[in-house]
Amino acid sequence: MRDSIKGTTRRELLGAIAGAGIASVIRIEPSRATPTSMKAAIRNVVGEAAVKKGKVHIDVPPLVENGNTVSLTIEVDSPMTPKDHVKAIHVFNELNPQPNVISAHIGPHAGRAKISTRFRLADTQTIVAIAEMSDGSFWSASADVVVTLAACLETL
Amino acid sequence: MIVFATRWWRYALAAALLITAVAVVVIARAEIPLSERHSGYDDIGRDTKAMQDDDMINPATLWVLDGETLWNTKAGAAGRACADCHGQAADSMKGVAARYPAYDAARKGPVDLEQRINICRTDHQKAMPFKFESKELLALATYVGRQSRGMQIENSDERLKPFIEAGRKLFTQRQGQINLSCAQCHDDNWGKHLASSLIPQGHPTGYPIYRLEWQSLGSLQRRLRNCMIGMRAEPYGYGAPENVNMEVFLMWRARGLKLETPAVRP
Amino acid sequence: MARALINVPKAAKRGQVIEIKTLISHIMETGFRHDDVGQPIPRDIITDFVCTYNGEQIFRADLYPAVAANPFITFFTVATESGTIAFEWNGDNGFHETESVQIMVE
Repeated sequence: MRDSIKGTTRRELLGAIAGAGIASVIRIEPSRATPTSMKAAIRNVVGEAAVKKGKVHIDVPPLVENGNTVSLTIEVDSPMTPKDHVKAIHVFNELNPQPNVISAHIGPHAGRAKISTRFRLADTQTIVAIAEMSDGSFWSASADVVVTLAACLETL
Repeated sequence: MIVFATRWWRYALAAALLITAVAVVVIARAEIPLSERHSGYDDIGRDTKAMQDDDMINPATLWVLDGETLWNTKAGAAGRACADCHGQAADSMKGVAARYPAYDAARKGPVDLEQRINICRTDHQKAMPFKFESKELLALATYVGRQSRGMQIENSDERLKPFIEAGRKLFTQRQGQINLSCAQCHDDNWGKHLASSLIPQGHPTGYPIYRLEWQSLGSLQRRLRNCMIGMRAEPYGYGAPENVNMEVFLMWRARGLKLETPAVRP
Repeated sequence: MARALINVPKAAKRGQVIEIKTLISHIMETGFRHDDVGQPIPRDIITDFVCTYNGEQIFRADLYPAVAANPFITFFTVATESGTIAFEWNGDNGFHETESVQIMVE
């Protein structure tokens, strides 16, 4: 093919450019959490109790603008009385290096079982929120979140 | 037909097509019509908008508060605070950030707000200048910028014209390993997506911004350097005239839009 | 230097459910990143956050590296009596910050 450039073939040049480009994009990936380790982290909190789906509402964008800072709101249906209230809200993720995100401990004096925070997501994954109730029961909800890298990265 | 047996007509046809293609590309690379321009605020999601709209949940407010403290702190051999010359920032700094970068007669060229703050530090406070992107310089620039929030960006100073042109040249020239120009994304393809990120028009309506990607606050020069690294082009150093000229051009390109400092962006 | 932003209503009616919003300046270095010569950057995060209302704990959070920098946490509480709502953040490398605000409850 008549597309060589001064002795270097076009293919070699493109390869070198691609290599230089990729080297600055790849981040060294540490060991990641997996759906299995998320299950283990959840079991750490709930023990052998069954986790029922319901009562928990997750408000998170289905496609995030930036995985480094994602707004999250969790609300749990509960009368928040001394006899019937949410004791804690635990948030987990599948694919970050660690399965835990945050654990919030509240109680009947909260008046409303609703928390907000901003967290990080390393990749497209499922997050799980588990509410620990005063009667010892656990309720959960999950949300699938699509996460992409920013189009133009700033090298470290 | 002897004329079609020779090759020259193929080259002529190719040249004609090439000229047409270049002409089409050049026409396509025109600036965005004034009425179609909008701030990046319109492109961001509900939660990011909420972060910007409420000062009490906008992380940039931490820098505004720090800037206020610095404004009132005596510094340098002269033992002066900004407040000693400029009084209340809400009065004296109103409108300033909206017309920066501004022409500096002594330097015969534009300076941006961060440079202007450092000029004050060295000339009037007799103190060491702050490093670019330092917490202190960003805090002061954000505090000063905050005083112009809601005002229209304006840069009608005639003396800026050659620097606006220099900045425009940098904006429209192809550069870097992928041979891309700023204009190709931000003039020609705004509103579309680059790898699932929405391409904004690129108006610096809220600098310094709290950027979700950085998880911190940063200047327009940091953002421009970030862009150029992303384009696989060699970024200009902080304070380099190329960066300032680009800032001048971008603020001219955003003339009439309202300043939102400090904004929140992805 | 400004460390935290606290948003609590200055006054509330007894029994009213109020929202408390907090934001603290902190890099929340995960411990999973590497610098540009491949050296790991050590973890430096806030690990827990406590809020008390006239000395009684009304909220506590355990934070992990997944919490974004400049941790933002909001929660609710029932306004019971006038007094002090106090906040405390603790973390790696001896990080310890406190803030408090007054609330009037009628």
